[in-house]
Amino acid sequence: MTMATVEMSFTPLPAHVRTARLVATAVARRSGVDEALLDEVRLAVGEACSRAVEAHQEHCPAEPVRVALTGTDGRFEVVVTDTAAQDGGATAVAGPGEAKPGAEAPGGGQPAAAGKPAQQTVPAELGLAVIEGLADDVKIARTKAGLSIRMSWPSAAAS
Amino acid sequence: MDLKLDHHTKDGIEVVDVEGEIDVYTAPRLRELLIELVNVGHYQLVVNMEKVEFLDSTGLGVLVGGLKRVRAHDGSLDLVCTQERILKIFRITGLTKVFGIHDSVDEAIAARKAEK
Repeated sequence: MTMATVEMSFTPLPAHVRTARLVATAVARRSGVDEALLDEVRLAVGEACSRAVEAHQEHCPAEPVRVALTGTDGRFEVVVTDTAAQDGGATAVAGPGEAKPGAEAPGGGQPAAAGKPAQQTVPAELGLAVIEGLADDVKIARTKAGLSIRMSWPSAAAS
Repeated sequence: MDLKLDHHTKDGIEVVDVEGEIDVYTAPRLRELLIELVNVGHYQLVVNMEKVEFLDSTGLGVLVGGLKRVRAHDGSLDLVCTQERILKIFRITGLTKVFGIHDSVDEAIAARKAEK
């Protein structure tokens, strides 16, 4: 398993999302991500962190949001992980069929079927849609612990 | 940088000048301003985003919310934006079809007046 270049965790407050964006952009730049793509990294990471903060505030405000930034092998990868397990329903749905980490949520913007129907705010869904539109490669995995958004972009083949 | 908000009336249309970053932290302030303007009877709005450095989906949600509010009064909400990095977000989300997006405040006002 590759060690992340930079890892951070922050209390789930909207004010810290900007910090996460700034750090992610700085590490992306240092990892050799093209300048033209940095805006996309900044926005996608911000969206993923905003979504995680919202989920934590609703389900587990005392738990930090985690972000891992890794620049290796010509790719710059960001993983934003929340531990806001959606109570009952969604976890059960993720269980038998797609519990394996890495299971993709096709369409991204759709909340888990048995989650809280229609409770998702428009921006939250829009956020995932924006991420899918921006990142070069996106995998959204819902595990028992919460949601993990893995996104990556090409970078100069450093290291 | 933080978010700076200002507004003034021009040719009977309320122009909202936004400067800085609109994200999950700052967007509530823009939402409050738009609600306040609608509450005092301004239903023709132009949001000038020329000095916006960052916009995320929370900001988009606030703009869509503003549009919904003014439309309830047969009003309008037009945007001024020429920055490619911001326009791209509207394109990705298909919102270019929802908002009138103009190159300048004058152009936005002229377009609005021409529709009347």
